[in-house]
Amino acid sequence: MTPLQNIVTRINIIKRQKIVTLHVVYLKTYKMKLLTESIKTFGSYLLLMKRVLTKPERWTMYFRRTIHEVYQLGVDSIPIVLIISLFIGAALCIQMKTNVESPWMPKFVTGYATREVLLLEFSSTIMSLILAGKVGSNITSEIGAMRVTQQIDALDMMGVNSANFLILPKISGLVFTIPFLVIFSIASGIGGAFLIGKLTGIMTTEELTVGLQHEFNAWFIWYSIIKSFFFAFIITSVASFYGYNVKGGSIEVGKASTNAVVSCSALILFSDIVLTNIMMQ
Amino acid sequence: MIEVKGIYKQFEDRVVLDDVSAIFNNGVTNLIIGQSGAGKTVLLKCIVGLLQPEKGKIIYDGRDITTMKEQDKIAIRREIGMLFQSAALFDSMSVLENVMFPLDMFSTMTYKERLARARVCLDRVNLIGAQDKSPEELSGGMQKRAAIARAIALEPKYLFCDEPNSGLDPQTSLIIDELIHDITDEYGITTVVNTHDMNSVMNIGDNILFLSNGKLAWKGDKTQILNTDNKTLNEFLFSSEILRQVKEQALNSK
Repeated sequence: MTPLQNIVTRINIIKRQKIVTLHVVYLKTYKMKLLTESIKTFGSYLLLMKRVLTKPERWTMYFRRTIHEVYQLGVDSIPIVLIISLFIGAALCIQMKTNVESPWMPKFVTGYATREVLLLEFSSTIMSLILAGKVGSNITSEIGAMRVTQQIDALDMMGVNSANFLILPKISGLVFTIPFLVIFSIASGIGGAFLIGKLTGIMTTEELTVGLQHEFNAWFIWYSIIKSFFFAFIITSVASFYGYNVKGGSIEVGKASTNAVVSCSALILFSDIVLTNIMMQ
Repeated sequence: MIEVKGIYKQFEDRVVLDDVSAIFNNGVTNLIIGQSGAGKTVLLKCIVGLLQPEKGKIIYDGRDITTMKEQDKIAIRREIGMLFQSAALFDSMSVLENVMFPLDMFSTMTYKERLARARVCLDRVNLIGAQDKSPEELSGGMQKRAAIARAIALEPKYLFCDEPNSGLDPQTSLIIDELIHDITDEYGITTVVNTHDMNSVMNIGDNILFLSNGKLAWKGDKTQILNTDNKTLNEFLFSSEILRQVKEQALNSK
């Protein structure tokens, strides 16, 4: 290697190293930015909740709006909850019968496992994920459109606490109705299991009943309902937060409602782990 | 009466309002005019307290809102009626419910009294036949009228209108302008209108402020505005060739 070539290769090595360090620095700042952004978002969520969770200015208006939300968010969700639970209950029953039951397992395992899956996870967590899609996007686009068309500014200008007026009825409406949705979901899922047993003849009703009643623990229903309260709060408050902070036009409303559903789902799954850990240990 | 004293507002490095002072009297239609981006909307938002100016005072009949607590600001806002550019009617309610909304929230009246008051307001803006319709069924002008009815429901002391004529045809604009002017006169309200519509300036401009690049460039009324020597104001008023010719003819014929 001539001295000149030597110098050139050395320069090249130094250049490459610089590029690598630059890249690392860039990645670091990007990560920092992501971190600060998420802390900022969480902070503004808390500030919004501070305004939401106050005494309503007019109780009559609050009750009127809450009843409206009970219908819009809760009662209108009953059909989708019933249908999905019915199908999942049926599918679970077939899965347990064909894949879990074996000569080594007791006969009651099909009914028992179907019930436990429904009670412990499906009727609270998975159903809340579905509601996050249906109810969450509805809330975000409704409040977002109000923001874009200056209706929220109009409320603020009148001296109304717009956050409390719009969001609190939604939170209390869904939190109030979600236990009923959970119960409906459990019942409909078990109905689905019975129905598929009857229709396909894979097992008799008596067999399934024995399994379903095996070592029944009523706490699991309460556990499901308690979890669902948290999920209902997450869905309504997070979706409202995204809608309330929309800036711009219809494109931003669409983006916000996608973000809301993604965030709601992630938070529901995360809090599911935390709650299960607290309540089941 | 609202007094604005030496308002200064900047966004990052850009100065939007620079030492603007004005007095808005009761029963007078005050107009703020100027090009887009001259700072009209920012000034209006500062006056109603949606934005906080860096320097200066805004005094509502002796009460300075720039140094006020949030609680007291809310109390003042209940004396304010505001008409937004997009009318901002609540689309989940009918027109009558929209007008009754401020009464439902803040008044101590019974249901019958509230209903009667809402009907009076709707009657004042000539919308009594449309009370059961929802806002999206109304035309642009009717929406603005419904918004005016909602703004005056609580008998405000102060009325603010942000571009009341945007998106309306000249005739409908005239109706809205006259309505605002008459209401101001009738109830002795302090009205501040933000506009760039020259028809309104000529018709209802009792007190006109001309903003240019964040500064107060001219002050006067509709009788003085045509004869002004102010160069920037003339450029703004007579931006098209035809208008310039019309002005010359009008001045020559006098």
